Amino acid sequence: MSTNANDLRNPLKRARGLGSAQSGATHWWRQRVTAAALVLLGLWFVALVLSLLHADYATAKAAVAKPWNALLLILFVVTAFWHAVLGLQVVIEDYVHTRWKEVALLVAIKFLAVLCALAGVLSVLRIALGA
Amino acid sequence: MAEFSLPKNSKIQPGKHFPAKDAKKPRTFRIYRWSPDDGQNPRIDTYEVDLAACGPMVLDALLKIKNEIDPTLTLRRSCREGICGSCAMNIDGTNTLACICAIDNVAAGDVKIYPLPHMPVVKDLVPDLTHFYAQFASIKPWMRTQSAPPDRERLQSPEDRKKLDGLYECILCACCSTSCPSYWWNGDRYLGPAILLQAYRWIVDSRDEDTGARLDDLEDPFKLYRCHTIMNCARTCPKGLNPAKAIAEIKKLMVERRA
Repeated sequence: MSTNANDLRNPLKRARGLGSAQSGATHWWRQRVTAAALVLLGLWFVALVLSLLHADYATAKAAVAKPWNALLLILFVVTAFWHAVLGLQVVIEDYVHTRWKEVALLVAIKFLAVLCALAGVLSVLRIALGA
Repeated sequence: MAEFSLPKNSKIQPGKHFPAKDAKKPRTFRIYRWSPDDGQNPRIDTYEVDLAACGPMVLDALLKIKNEIDPTLTLRRSCREGICGSCAMNIDGTNTLACICAIDNVAAGDVKIYPLPHMPVVKDLVPDLTHFYAQFASIKPWMRTQSAPPDRERLQSPEDRKKLDGLYECILCACCSTSCPSYWWNGDRYLGPAILLQAYRWIVDSRDEDTGARLDDLEDPFKLYRCHTIMNCARTCPKGLNPAKAIAEIKKLMVERRA
């Protein structure tokens, strides 16, 4: 935030910058809603995993295949990656100040999150639909 | 990336030592010194001050140093009673006003005094607040109305007036903004706690008619949403205000007007 003596622009020009992006509230709200959902889904997920302690492969597969478990697992996977990508976006915007690195990372985490979420959903579906 | 280490020309060197002679109650002050004129790195000068012959506040000691020991020490001060905000500086690791910070309340050991963190330094304890003031101007901090001005005062109910308590007391000393890591890393675009508290002061004012436009101007990932409720602002405010709460209220209004 150094002030350049050769910068002839008025300080107000710098402070106003490119103006308001007219966004941010949606991101903020989604981050909170997904967080609240993850509290419940996370508790449920931990309970599911604990119930499968020492279970063999067939039992675990059968548990995942149950309709409610499959539905909630898909919800958990999607919400977790959605929340993660919203949070990572904030971290990158905070700390990465080289423009091209920032943009590249922001795009990369979105691709990765969609890829991982889809992989998770597909895995659950394959078990649930008995492929 | 964010700056986690100082550039070479900002690395602090050991400075001069000014011992006190025959002091009854000596206390050592370690003070950040930097001059734009000599091409030197910043240094820490140490001054021994006889508290038996000094006022109770840190500002009293600084002025005693300037008057009696080292007239080159540069600092801002004016009202000496916590209402002008000029003498904001970092004392023993906390941003505060030197004039209302009692020397006895500073933890035992040397009293360490630095300028407000992460601001360009003009000289010694004087930070460059140009951008901070420009950000304040950018929120248009005055009453904005569409209806014609009344012939008398604009009336306000006692309940509505109460909503300004905890906001109007802000003196724009910049202690909170310069204590905020988000403001350190993204201060070029993030407005910071002080300016957002001021913005909220106008958003909740029952007499102001430009609330929607004010919210429009703030709805931005950087201007507003860099606040991650770190709470350094509320912790450091020498006036005991809570900018983090004001920012949270703005965020609530952003959601409220959508659904």
